[in-house]
Amino acid sequence: MITSVMIVGVGGQGSLLASKVLGRAAMDKGYDVKVSEVHGMSQRGGSVVTYVRFGDKVYSPIIDRGGADYIISFELLEAARYTEFLKPGGQIVTSTQQIDPMPVIAGTAKYPEELIEKMTTSGAKVDALDALDIANEAGSSKAANIVLMGRFANYIKEISSDEWLNAVEACVPAKFAQLNRKAFEMGAQAR
Amino acid sequence: MKELMLGNKAVARGLFEAGVCVASSYPGTPSTETTEEAAKFNEIYCEWAPNEKVAMETAFGASRAGRRSFCAMKHVGLNVAADPLFTISYTGVNAGMCILVADDPGMHSSQNEQDSRHYAIAAKIPMLEPSDSQEALDFTKRAYDLSEEFDTPVFVKMCTRVAHSQSIVETGDRTEHEMKPYVKDAAKYVMVPANAKKRHPIVEERTERLVQFAETTDLNRVEKGTDDSVGFITSSTSYQYIKEVYGDKASILKLGLINPLPVKLIKDFAASVRKVVVVEELDPIIETHCRALGINVSGKDVFPMTDEYSQSIIAENMELPKAPSCKPIEGLPGRPPAMCAGCPHRGLFYTLSKNKCRVMGDIGCYTLGATPPLSAIDTTECMGASISSLHGFNKARGEESEKNTVAVIGDSTFMHSGMTGLANIAYNQTNSTVIILDNSITGMTGHQQNPTTGLNLRGDPAGKIDLEALCRAMGINRVRVVDPYNLDATVKAVREELVASEPSVIISRRPCALLKYVKRQPAIRVNPDKCKSCRSCMKMGCPAISFKDGKAQIDATQCVGCKVCAQLCKFGAFETQEGDTVK
Repeated sequence: MITSVMIVGVGGQGSLLASKVLGRAAMDKGYDVKVSEVHGMSQRGGSVVTYVRFGDKVYSPIIDRGGADYIISFELLEAARYTEFLKPGGQIVTSTQQIDPMPVIAGTAKYPEELIEKMTTSGAKVDALDALDIANEAGSSKAANIVLMGRFANYIKEISSDEWLNAVEACVPAKFAQLNRKAFEMGAQAR
Repeated sequence: MKELMLGNKAVARGLFEAGVCVASSYPGTPSTETTEEAAKFNEIYCEWAPNEKVAMETAFGASRAGRRSFCAMKHVGLNVAADPLFTISYTGVNAGMCILVADDPGMHSSQNEQDSRHYAIAAKIPMLEPSDSQEALDFTKRAYDLSEEFDTPVFVKMCTRVAHSQSIVETGDRTEHEMKPYVKDAAKYVMVPANAKKRHPIVEERTERLVQFAETTDLNRVEKGTDDSVGFITSSTSYQYIKEVYGDKASILKLGLINPLPVKLIKDFAASVRKVVVVEELDPIIETHCRALGINVSGKDVFPMTDEYSQSIIAENMELPKAPSCKPIEGLPGRPPAMCAGCPHRGLFYTLSKNKCRVMGDIGCYTLGATPPLSAIDTTECMGASISSLHGFNKARGEESEKNTVAVIGDSTFMHSGMTGLANIAYNQTNSTVIILDNSITGMTGHQQNPTTGLNLRGDPAGKIDLEALCRAMGINRVRVVDPYNLDATVKAVREELVASEPSVIISRRPCALLKYVKRQPAIRVNPDKCKSCRSCMKMGCPAISFKDGKAQIDATQCVGCKVCAQLCKFGAFETQEGDTVK
C-alpha cells in the first residue's frame, strides 16, 4: 500500500516545510518515503506542487493524473487546478485563502467562483478551512502550512498525533516549536 | 544513519565521504544544491566561480595538484565548459575528479531540453546516472574510484526528478586521502599537437577498458522478472517509473554506467526476453547503441522524444489501462510565475515597455519581464547573449535600432559571460545601450553570491568587482547608475543613453527585495475615494495589486512598500497606513 499526497499552492507559501514534516513523520513510522519538489523558475509566484509518497516500497517520486489519494492545498484555485490528479473519491484538504494569479491581476481573467462545489462535482471530497486565519490566531500567518498539516493528520490514522508533533518539532527551529505545535493542534481541531 | 535526503544533498554527502577537498561550480537549476550542501562540510573548500568553464578548470587544477575535486553545472552550463572538457579527457587526472551535470527534461527551469549524455560520448568520458538519492550518494563516491583507476574525469548525471527528490539514504564516514604528489609531466599535461596525438590513443584504449568494466560492474544490473514477454533497458528515473508499473513482473537491465555502454550484457539480456523496450528520457542513445548491435528494440517509436516521463507515460505507451481520476475542472486561469512584489526589475521593465523599446533579454529572474502585462522582452537564448546579439542587431540595422534597442542582463549573468560581449561593443563600436540589472545577487537559482556582491559562497567577505569601474576600464565612457524604484530617473537615463552617440551602460541598481538584509518598508494602501479606476497602476503587473469592486487594492501581506505603483497614479490615491499621500 502506498499513500500519495500532493501539496500544492503558490510559490513562497511554505509547501517545502509541509512536505518535510510529512516526509519525516512517515519515515519515523518506518515507511519508505519519496518527496519530489520544484525549485527555480516556477517558484516565483507560480503554481507549485510537491509530491509525497510513502508506503512499504516507493519507486516513483512523482504523482500523475489519477494517482493522488490526498491533495493538501494552500490556496483554493490551486486545489481546483490539481483536482484531476486525485483518484475518484480522493480527499482534498484546502485552505480557503485566495490569491489572484497574474491573468486576474492583469484583468484578462476572473477568479473563478464556487470552486469547492466544482471540486465536489468532479468527484473529490473536500475539507476546507481558513488556515491563514487559524495561523494568525496561533501567533503567525507563516504557520498556515502547519495548520493544514494538523488538519491533514486527521486522515492518516496510522500516525499518532504525538508522532506528528515530533515530526513538526524536528523540522522547525526550536524557537518556533511552541508556535507550530499550537498551529498544528488548532488545525487538527478546527471546525 | 538513515536520513530522508534530497538527491543533490546526497551527492554532497558522497563528496564528503569520498574525501573531496575542492569544489567549484556555477549555480544552475537543478544542480545548485550539490555545491551549497557540500559547503556545509568544513572539509570541502567550496566556491561559486564566475561561470562553468572557470569552475571546471578550477576543479581540474585542484585534481592535477593532487586533491579530489568537484564541479557542478546544469546541462546548458556544460556547453560553456565544453572547451576544457574535451581536452581534460585527453590529459586525464591526478587525484579523482567528478563533473556533475544536471539535465532538466520537461524544462522546469531551463531554456532547452538538451541531453548531456551526448557530451559524455563526444568527449569520451565515463558517465554514471543515479536513479534515487542513495545511488546519488553511492555513485558520487564510485565516480572518484573510477576516475583514479581509469585516469579520467567522470561525469555524474542527474535530472530534475533525481536532483530534487528526497528518498531515504544510509550515510557512511569520510575517508581522507593523502594529497597526491604533483609531478611535472608535459607529455600528459601540455596538450600541444605532438603530445595530444600520443594521448588520443590512450583515450581510445581507456574506453575499451571501460566497456569491459561495463560488462561486469555492479553499477549495471539485471533484475530478472517473473514474466519473459517483455524486458526493459533503462536508467535514472525511468527505471523507477517502470518498477512502479510492472513491479517484479518484467525483467529490467538497469544501467548505472551509461557511457560507455556494455555490449555482451545487453546482448545476453535481449536474448533472455521475447521483446526488448528501451526507456530513456530525451534522445535515443541506449536505443541507437542497441540497434547498432543488431538488436531489434522498441524505443522512440513508442515513447516520446520530448518532456519528462512518469509512471502513466510508461503505462499509456505500453498500452496498459489508464488510472481513473477526478474530472478536470475547466476554465481555470493559469498561474504563471511572475516577478515578486517589490522586484527592482519591475520599474525598469515598465520603463522599457512604456517607451516601446526592443529588448534583448538574458537568463535570470528578469526573463520574467517577457511575461504579460509588461511583455517587455523580445529575445532570450543563453547566458550573455543579450549583449552580443544587441551588437549584431545594431550592426545590421544601424541607427534606427541603436536608438530604441537595449540589452538587459543581470549582475551575475554579466560576470558569467556578458563581459566579452561588452568588450566586442567597446572594440567594434556600436552605439549600443546595455542595462545591467544589478540586484546584488544571483536571484533565480535561489540567492547565490557572485563576484559583484563582495561575499563568498559561505557568506563571508570576499573580493568585490566594481561594475562601473570595470565597464569604464573596458572603454565605455558613458556609465551611469539609476535606482529602478525611481521611475522618472529611470526613464531619463534610458532615453538619454539611447540617443547618445557612443556605447553606454546603465546600471539599474537595487538589491533583490527577498534578500534578508533588505528591510521591508511598511505596506501602502489605496484610498478608494481617490481611486478613479483608471488601472494605470495595474499595468506594472505587481502581484500585490488587484482590482476589486472597481478599485485598485493592495494586499498588505505582499506589498513591500516600494511605492513604484504610486508613481503611476495621477490622482494621488496611494497613501501610507497613516493616510498620508504617497507620490
